Amino acid sequence: INNFISFHCEQIIIDNNNMQTVTLIPGDGIGPEISSAVMKIFETAKAPIRWEERNVTAIKGPGGRWMIPPDAKESMDKSKIGLKGPLKTPIAAGHPSMNLLLRKTFDLYANVRPCISIEGYKTPYTDVNLVTIRENTEGEYSGIEHVIVDGVVQSIKLITEDASRRIAEYAFEYARNNQRNSVTAVHKANIMRMSDGLFLRKCREVAENYKDIKFTEMYLDTVCLNMVQDPTQFDVLVMPNLYGDILSDLCAGLIGGLGVTPSGNIGANGVAIFESVHGTAPDIAGLDLANPTALLLSAVMMLRHMGLHDYGNKIQTACFDTIRDKKVLTKDLGGNSKCSEFTADICRRIQDLD
Amino acid sequence: MAAHSAVLSMSKIIKPFWGGHLGNTVKVFGTTLTSHRNKSSLTPPPAKYGGRHTVTLIPGDGIGPELLNHVREVFRFSCVPVDFEVVHVNSAVETEDDINNAITAIRRNGVALKGEQNAYFQQSTAVRSMYTSLDLYANVMHCQSLPGVQTRHKNIDIMIIRENTEGEYSSLEHESVSGVVESLKIITRNNSLRIADYAFKLAREKGRRRVTAVHKANIMKLGDGLFLQCCREVASGYPDITFDSMIVDNTTMQLVSKPQQFDVMVMPNLYGNVVSNVCAGLVGGPGLVPGANYGHVYAVFETATRNTGKSIANRNIANPTAMLLASCMMLDHLKLYDHASSIRNAILNTMNETRLHTADIGGQGTTSEVVQTIMRFIQSKGQLTSEY
Repeated sequence: INNFISFHCEQIIIDNNNMQTVTLIPGDGIGPEISSAVMKIFETAKAPIRWEERNVTAIKGPGGRWMIPPDAKESMDKSKIGLKGPLKTPIAAGHPSMNLLLRKTFDLYANVRPCISIEGYKTPYTDVNLVTIRENTEGEYSGIEHVIVDGVVQSIKLITEDASRRIAEYAFEYARNNQRNSVTAVHKANIMRMSDGLFLRKCREVAENYKDIKFTEMYLDTVCLNMVQDPTQFDVLVMPNLYGDILSDLCAGLIGGLGVTPSGNIGANGVAIFESVHGTAPDIAGLDLANPTALLLSAVMMLRHMGLHDYGNKIQTACFDTIRDKKVLTKDLGGNSKCSEFTADICRRIQDLD
Repeated sequence: MAAHSAVLSMSKIIKPFWGGHLGNTVKVFGTTLTSHRNKSSLTPPPAKYGGRHTVTLIPGDGIGPELLNHVREVFRFSCVPVDFEVVHVNSAVETEDDINNAITAIRRNGVALKGEQNAYFQQSTAVRSMYTSLDLYANVMHCQSLPGVQTRHKNIDIMIIRENTEGEYSSLEHESVSGVVESLKIITRNNSLRIADYAFKLAREKGRRRVTAVHKANIMKLGDGLFLQCCREVASGYPDITFDSMIVDNTTMQLVSKPQQFDVMVMPNLYGNVVSNVCAGLVGGPGLVPGANYGHVYAVFETATRNTGKSIANRNIANPTAMLLASCMMLDHLKLYDHASSIRNAILNTMNETRLHTADIGGQGTTSEVVQTIMRFIQSKGQLTSEY
């Protein structure tokens, strides 16, 4: 059983029955069905969570800027904790990606993905136990592009001192709070001397204040090369946006894909949104075939973040036991059961555990 | 008249003394001159003098020098008609003179074999400029599972073609305000078309069925969007080859779970760096995969991964396979196909049949043992070899 003892256990809204409000964003495609699966499991576990469902489809606000609906924003600001299903991201369309918009609205600067091998779901890689922490606001994804002359395009990668320091501080805090031994900065400062150089400098500076954690730096290509040969050598990885995107998906692939990987986004002002990072899977939407594991494990991450470790452990144990047992697995895990059957099995185990 | 006959009689004396050597010189000189005139059509085997090719050799740092010495040893043993012009690039000194000398030497000879460079040295923009000033626009890497090597995935056979001159590696950075750094990623239509064209041509030449473009056009809509568009345009001219595209993060995920689905991949510079390192790791590590940088006129061969970050120099444990396979690619480029096949077969036999492996792939052999075994294989095939 893996312990995601979390960070930031403050400012949680508690209402009358000691219930804590969480903004739930079901999302698109298979989003609604996996969200209801998670809600059902939480109900069975009697977790003190009150769900507030909201929709975040982009609307054009006053002034013509794209924004998320005001009721969604209000709910998140009050509850501070969110759980989100998959949202559609169109390629080369008119409005910005929804995920990007959420990030900008709540200043979600850190994307945390713990990648731990799931016992019972076999992949070529065993004993993976690492965490990727990715800077989520700037870098290559600033969205600043120009056509200089016809046929020549320039994309700007932005690295700032503040964002680099912030993510480095978060990485070390996370490492300390979760009893991790080392933090590795991933960069390409040999080629992008100024930008990744700045990122690296900030990481080094922050490392000075955390002498109990070992700090190393490694080139992106070396990390990729070593990751696919021996992932056990890595612990906590911190990096700018693009490398983080690539590496976090690489690590998700090591443990079995996006269908089983949890993810959390930490923002300024204590906001945290936990999400499943797989796609909307429109081809199986509404057919009761989806796998709710990713969203469920993200919800467990959320429970731990809120300090509700017992509930988190209970639900996680039930989930892992179901997977290990291999009797009611969804199609992507190698079985041919329905989502509802999988959910029911987990609920049954939770009841047995009580 | 007397002088004339004197010269003639002199040449009669000299000619048998030098054997056919002097005669050949005149013949080849003539050939070289004419081939320069026709240079626009093909890349002819450059710097051929007396039937022998001259190749620039850049030893580099770390394990580069010892591996290249082994290459020379094997070439000498198999009587390969290649001479090396060694150009040292001193990584400790940060001036650009050394690398400029190397570039000039490569221009002169047309072909180079390069050892790995110290990662620190790569900080010099001059090293990047080698690829851009020689216009080595395509970096090609062929990752193949070797039956004798134990890996988590089997049956991998992927060709990776990476744009080598622009993209994120343009080294155009500036600090607009204090604490804010901007780095420019440039994508141009010309280079994208060129690399896509190279990829499809290579795919057709090698009988490959599918080309996959790797990109991040959902986020970098204009930049990678342009790259993708150029690939699609070129793809329409090759209806016999299937073309599809994949986003780079999904690509890495697929590579670690089902790498057998990929055939040929084409991509801009940075993604190429990531994907080629992932693939090299999948087939067994940096000691096994050769890489080549091609331009219209020049070609530079090296190991596929440019810095491994491990210091195993001078301990006789480095894996010579990657460098030797790179030298075989070079021999193919010089049209010395027989020599290339014989060395390549010897390497593969050593790897697969005798199972003599170096430490990086789980064995206990030393570098020299592997090289001796390779040379024994070459000798056993009956080819002409020099005295030991």
